[in-house]
Amino acid sequence: MSELIKLTGVQKYYGDYHALRDINLTIDQGEFFSLLGPSGCGKTTLLRTIAGFEGVSSGTVMIAGRDMADVPPNLRPTNMVFQSYAIFPHLSVAENVAFGLRKSGMSKADKATAVDEALTMVGLAGYGARAAHALSGGQRQRVALARALILKPKVLLLDEPLSALDKKMREHMQVELIRLQRAVGITFILVTHDQEEALVMSDRIAVMFEGEIGQLADPETLYRRPNSRRVAEFIGKMNFINGTASATDEGAKVLVPGLGKCTIPAEQFPQGVTTGEVAIGIRPETLAILFEGDKAPRHEAEAVVDEVVYYGDMTYYDVRVSEVEKPLTIAMKNLIGRPVLDVGAKTRIAWDERSLVVF
Amino acid sequence: MKLRIYALAYLLFLYAPIILLPLFAFNDGTIIAFPLSGFTTNWFAELTENKALHAAVRNSLFIALMTAIFSTLLGMCAARAGAMANFPGKRGIIGFVMLPLVLPEIIVAVSLLVILRQVLGVNLSNWTIIAAHVLICTPFCIAILNGAFQNLDPSMEEAALDLGESRWSAFRLVTLPLVMPGIISSMLIAFTISLDEFIIAFFLTGTNPTMPVYIWGLLRFPASLPVVMALGTLLVALSIILLTIAELLRRRGIKRAGGTDKGGFL
Repeated sequence: MSELIKLTGVQKYYGDYHALRDINLTIDQGEFFSLLGPSGCGKTTLLRTIAGFEGVSSGTVMIAGRDMADVPPNLRPTNMVFQSYAIFPHLSVAENVAFGLRKSGMSKADKATAVDEALTMVGLAGYGARAAHALSGGQRQRVALARALILKPKVLLLDEPLSALDKKMREHMQVELIRLQRAVGITFILVTHDQEEALVMSDRIAVMFEGEIGQLADPETLYRRPNSRRVAEFIGKMNFINGTASATDEGAKVLVPGLGKCTIPAEQFPQGVTTGEVAIGIRPETLAILFEGDKAPRHEAEAVVDEVVYYGDMTYYDVRVSEVEKPLTIAMKNLIGRPVLDVGAKTRIAWDERSLVVF
Repeated sequence: MKLRIYALAYLLFLYAPIILLPLFAFNDGTIIAFPLSGFTTNWFAELTENKALHAAVRNSLFIALMTAIFSTLLGMCAARAGAMANFPGKRGIIGFVMLPLVLPEIIVAVSLLVILRQVLGVNLSNWTIIAAHVLICTPFCIAILNGAFQNLDPSMEEAALDLGESRWSAFRLVTLPLVMPGIISSMLIAFTISLDEFIIAFFLTGTNPTMPVYIWGLLRFPASLPVVMALGTLLVALSIILLTIAELLRRRGIKRAGGTDKGGFL
C-alpha cells in the first residue's frame, strides 16, 4: 500500500491552548484509519486540519505527495461527513447529493446517473426526490455519505458519523461503512470517542490524549498490548493490581499480590522492563471463575464474589482477592449449564501470566 | 376567571384607540365624536385626490424601502459575525450596536440634527432621514437575523466549501437561502418602523415632508381630521399585514432550517 497522507510535526495553538502537539503520522491508500480519544483530545481538530478547515501553527500536511499549506478545503482531494451531517434542508435528496458536481461540467443526464449510483451505493435508491429535512437520522447519514463519495475523493473524513444514531442503527451502520469502504477503496479517516466502534471498523487506530498521539497501532495490538496505562484504561476494561517485579535475562519475575508469582517475557512490558513497584494490567476476559469440570488452569487463586452484573450473553463478576485492594472484574460467557454465582459465594479463579501487561 | 377579565380589559385599553380609527374613517361627519352619523367612503376618496399627500407617501415609501435594505444588510453582517465568529470584545460590541433600541428617539433626532447641520454641514434630505432610520432600525434587524443565523448549523457552509464551492458561493447557495425568511422578515419590520416614524423625520426632514410629518401638519385643520383617520386605517391594516407576513416567514425559516422556535418579536 502506498502512502497517501503524511503529517509531519503538526502543531496547533489556539492562543495559549496547545490543541495539537507534534503530530507525526502517515496514512496509506485504502486504509480505514481512526482517530480515537476522549472529548477535547484534539481528534476533531486534527481531522479538520486534514480537511483544511483549520490551519496548522507549524508542521506540514501532505496529501498525495502535495503540501496542503495553501490549499483551501474546496480544492483538497478530501470530502467530509459532518457530525451533524449538514444536509442542506432547502434541497431535495438528489440536489444534496449532486451539490458537489456543480463545477464538474458534467451533463445533466450524467449527473443524474451519478446521483442514482451514489444513492444506490448507500442503500437509498429511489429517495432522490424526497425533501432532505424529512429524512430520519440514519437516512441523513447515508445522504451525507453519498454526497461526499460522489466526488470520488482520495480521502473521506468522518467526524463522529454514528454518534447521533441509536445503538441498533449504529451497529448496523458500522458494518455498512466497512463494506462501503472495501467496495470503493477510498481511504477513510474516522473520528470517534467510542473505542468499540474504532476497534470494530479500523485497520489502524491512533489513540489521542491532550493533543498528542498516545499509541498508533492495529486494533489487536492496541487491545492486547496497550503501550501505556492511559491507553489501557481508555480501550476496553482493565484490572490494575500493584505488584513488584525483578528483572531476569529474558524478562522479569513478577509477584502479583493475591494471585501468585510468574515469569513473563520483556514484550509484556510495553514501556520496557521495570523493576520494583509495577502496575499489572489484566483484562476481565483473561480471568475466569473456575467451575466444576473445568480443566486445570496455569494459575489459580481464592476469591469471594462481591458483585454480579448479568448481561444475558455474559456475566460480569467483581471478586475480592486477599491482598488486592480493589475487586477484580471477571467477564464470563454464560455457557450452557454454567450457573450464575451469587454475591458472597466463595470460588476459585484462574489466571494466565501470558495475558498480563506490566507498566 | 379574574385573570381573564383582566386580560380582556387590558386588550380593550390597548386596542380601543385603534378600533376608533376605522370607526371614524367611515363616519359621515367632520366632527370626531359619538354618536356616529352615517356610513361614507368619502374620506378614502379624498385621500386619492390629495397631491401633497401623495408626494409625502412616495417619500415615506422610498425612505422605508432604503432603510429596510440598508439596515438589513448591516444587520446581516452583525448577526453573521455574532453567530459564527468569535473575537475579543464581541459581547461589548454587540451591546453597543443594540443600544439605539433603547435610546430616546428625541435625543437621537436632536443630536443627529446638530451633527448633520452644524458639524458636517449636510443639507437635509430624504437621505439624512434614511441614515437616521437605519441607525434605529438596525438593532431590530440584528435581533431578527440573530435568530436566523444562530439556528443555522455552522457545518452547513463548511459542507458546501468541502464540496468544492468558494466561500462566496457557499454563502450564496447554502446560507442565504436558509436565512432568506429572516432577511425578508427583517426588511418588513424595518420598513414598517421607518414608514410611521415621526420624531426623527420631523427633525431631519428637508423640504419634502414624510407621511407622518404631513399628517401632523394636517391636524391643524379640524376639517381634515376624518381624512387622517382614513389614512390611519390604511396604515394600521398595512402594518398588521406586513408584520404578520414577517412573523410567518420567520417561523417558516426556523422550521426549514430544522431548528426549534426560541421566540421572536411577536
